Order: sequence, then structure tokens, then C-alpha cells
Amino acid sequence: MNTPAPGANVVYQDPLRQEQSRKKARRDALIGMASLIGFVVVTVFLVTRSSGWSSVQNTFFNGDQFVESFPTLLEAFWLNVRIFLIAEPLILLIGLLVALARTLRSPIFLPIRVIATLYVDVFRGVPTILVIFLLGFGMPALQLQGVPSDAIFWGTAALVLSYGAYVAEVFRAGIGSVHPSQTMAARSLGLSSFQTNRYVVLPQAIRNVMPPLLNDFISLQKDTALVAVLGPIEVLRRAQIDTSSNFNYTPYVGAALIFIALTIPMTRFADWMQRRSAKKRQAGGVTA
Amino acid sequence: MTSNPYLHVDSVWKSFDNHSVLRGISLEVLPHTATVLIGASGSGKSTLLRCINGLETVDAGSITIDGDLDVTAFNTDLDAVRRRVGIVFQSFNLFPHMKVIENIILGPTKVLKKSKAEATSFGLELLARFGLESKSEDYPDRLSGGQAQRVAIVRALAMKPEIMLFDEITSALDPMLVGEVLDAVRELRTGGLTIVMATHEMNFAREIADNVCFLKDGIVWEQGNPGALFSNASRPETQAFLSRVG
Repeated sequence: MNTPAPGANVVYQDPLRQEQSRKKARRDALIGMASLIGFVVVTVFLVTRSSGWSSVQNTFFNGDQFVESFPTLLEAFWLNVRIFLIAEPLILLIGLLVALARTLRSPIFLPIRVIATLYVDVFRGVPTILVIFLLGFGMPALQLQGVPSDAIFWGTAALVLSYGAYVAEVFRAGIGSVHPSQTMAARSLGLSSFQTNRYVVLPQAIRNVMPPLLNDFISLQKDTALVAVLGPIEVLRRAQIDTSSNFNYTPYVGAALIFIALTIPMTRFADWMQRRSAKKRQAGGVTA
Repeated sequence: MTSNPYLHVDSVWKSFDNHSVLRGISLEVLPHTATVLIGASGSGKSTLLRCINGLETVDAGSITIDGDLDVTAFNTDLDAVRRRVGIVFQSFNLFPHMKVIENIILGPTKVLKKSKAEATSFGLELLARFGLESKSEDYPDRLSGGQAQRVAIVRALAMKPEIMLFDEITSALDPMLVGEVLDAVRELRTGGLTIVMATHEMNFAREIADNVCFLKDGIVWEQGNPGALFSNASRPETQAFLSRVG
């Protein structure tokens, strides 16, 4: 190869080596594929030949039952989606406000800080399903004027309170992850502490916590099923009814499939974001 | 040089966790002059600069700006102080989620309440003055250390400060990039801005300073114009320091 001019941006790879590594990559892909197919074939063969398979298939993977129940499951799942869509923005709002409240330093805000800390301690410590029982059965039992007795309302409220505490901690960690020198630089420009949070700290904090926030979203999607214990016919409740009327568990499998269909894309997205931010942190270096 | 001092530091004490950093330091800075603080690490240079714009509170003593604004009084609006006193740090501290121009106009638009158009045009003007006009739309991670530090200088200048504090602004830089940052300071000095600068660049201190202060044990150990101090220091500790840093 000719010697490049000094300073020129040149990338050079030996063509022979390139060809070899291309060959190796092709071979690796083929071996991987063959191994995977072999594994699947053997597993399917063994499982379907085992003695109990026909009853397992009939109980969990019954085609007729599936076709019959799946549309009603999907319809019921719409309630889960609505609970999620209402709860998520409220959770983000509460989480952010609580996290910010805990950063307040002025003595006049002491009550707010104490309340925020107590809220997080309590709702992070109590199992979500217990909060759902407590609010869902307890609040309507008060029979107070103006307090709704709707199970969906209280189920959603319980999810919001429970997840709000978790998300508050995620945001707080994010705020802590922004280097204090950023705050110092902002204050040195004359920005108030509110402006410093608003324009400098929070944008970076939120970016840093996107992957864990997405994980909490995924978890919330699944936990909408917990509202079933209060009676509303969402997807789990629907599956339970179908299952007990036919003594067949295929509807449960159908409900599981619906959750998976929604959570897998989100999990992949969260993984991708995590990798991207890790890469960014590595490449980012000191300039920040 | 008969004018009143622009900055008056009077017997300032400051300690961290029982470790005394400033021990009754006093200093006067005349308007439109450059004061250079030299001294070993830990001699209190950075702490003094941070006290001047209220990033640190003092334990005792007073710091007065322009004869009337007492930085150290309990009821002083420190945001008002910081609007008049610019500071640039060793570690740049640019905001990584904002473009260069956004870094620069943040203070003018949010603190000085200027319009975005006005702030942007002044920001671009300043960038051009320091040869950075092509970088205005870049994010800080695309800049070299020297460029990042010059952007940090522009960001502080965009607030139209009456005095600039430089806290070892070349110490984190590749030696190749020190020159371009010092050029920027030289340019400001020529423009007549009042400057207080902590540095280890002795040649630069000799060149731009009107007054060089050697800090040791939290006080100004010896000061004078660079010609006198560098070649004719009267105290042995000053001579020892100068001979070590060459």
C-alpha cells in the first residue's frame, strides 16, 4: 500500500484479512443457526412424545378454547390499557414533584420535605396489592359523600400511589447523578435555584434515568392486572371467568400472550436505550 | 491609578471541616486591571475566587464590589452579585445537553430577560470574536478542551460582567491547547475588562498582570507588579516558590 500523506484520515485493512474475517463471520452464523434449529427440533420432539403431553396441550393450549376466549380477552385488555394510560402520566408527575420536594433545602419547606419522605417510605414499603385492597375495599366502605366507590378508580389510584413512590426514587437518583459542578456553573451565571433545576439539572437527570423509568413502565403494564382483585373485568379477571366456566386454562395462556406482546417490544426498547446511554457515557469523556 | 478599588476583599476567613483555607486575606483590585493569583495548590486561590461571587460563604470578613455591594452580607441577593461577576472554572462545566449557542444564551434570556434573537446575535458576535462562530450549533462533546474552555469564557461574557474571575482555566488542558485559551484572556485584558485570575502559567502572569499576588497559608504573602515580584521578591518563601515553578 502507498504511504498516505501525513495527517490524512486513512483507514486501511489488509484485503486478505478482511476476506478471512468475512468467511469466519459467515461460518459462525451458519453454525449458530444449525445449532438452534437442531435444539428446537429435539425439544419439540421430546415434549410432544412425552406421555402427559396430550393432557397438557388440551388444558393449556387448546385451539378451540383459544379462539373462543381470545376476542373477549382482547376486549377486556382494553381496560388494562386505559388504567395504564391514566396512571402513567400521574405517576410521572407525582414522582417528579416528590423527588423535587425532597431536594428543597429552605427551612420553610421542611413540612413538604417531611411529607415527601414519609410518602416514599410508606408506599415503597407496602406491597402494591395491599394498597389496592386497602383503598379499593376501604375507601368505598367509608360511604362518604363525594368519595367515589368505583373499583377501577381506587385500583388505579392505588397503582399511582405505589408506583409514584418508586418513580420518585428513580428521579431522585437521576438528580443525584448530575455533577454538582453543573449546578455551580448555572448558579454562577445568576440563575436562581428553580431555573437551575428547570434548565440544567432536570433535563440531564431525566435523560439519565430513561432506562430505569422504562423498566417501571413495563412493570406497571403487568401490574394493571392486580386491579382484578377488586372485581373489574380486565384481562386477568376475564381469563379467570372463562377458565372456570370451561375448566380449561387456555384463557390464562391467552392473557399471558397479550401481556408479552406488549412488554417484549418495550423491554427491547429499554435495553436499547440502556446500551445507548452506556455507550454515550463511555464516549462522552470529560468535556461535560 | 487613583481610582477606588473595584473589588475590596477585607480580612476574609474561610475554613472547611476545621481546615482553615483563608486566614484573614485582604486584597484590592482596581478597575480595568488584571490581578493574577499565584501560589501552591491549596493556598486558597480557588476558594477566594468562589467567595468573591458568593459560591462559598465566608466565615468572617467582607468582600465589597464597586464600593457598595457587600457580597458577604446576609441579606445580599447573590444572584445579583453573579450577574455582575463572571467566573470560568478549570473543568469548563458546559451544559452537555445544550448546543454551544444555547449554553451561551441561557443566562441572558433567563436571568437578564433578553429576547432570544438579541441574546443569540450577541452570542454569535462573541463567538466570532474568539474564532468559534462555526461551533455555535455543536454540542459540547464535539469540542476540543481549548474550544470548550473558550465557549465557557464566552458564556460568562454573554452576561456582560463587570469583572471576570478565572479559576485555573488552563490546568485541565492539553499543553497544545493552553495558548488559544490564554489568547482569549489576553484579548479581554486588552479590552479593559477587570480580571482576577488564578493560574500556574507564570509567563502569562508576567505578561498580563498589573498586580501579582503570591498566596500562602491563606493570606497574600507578597504582592507587587510582575517586574518587581518575579525578579525581586523580598520574602524567602516567595523566592522559593518562584524558583520551583521556574
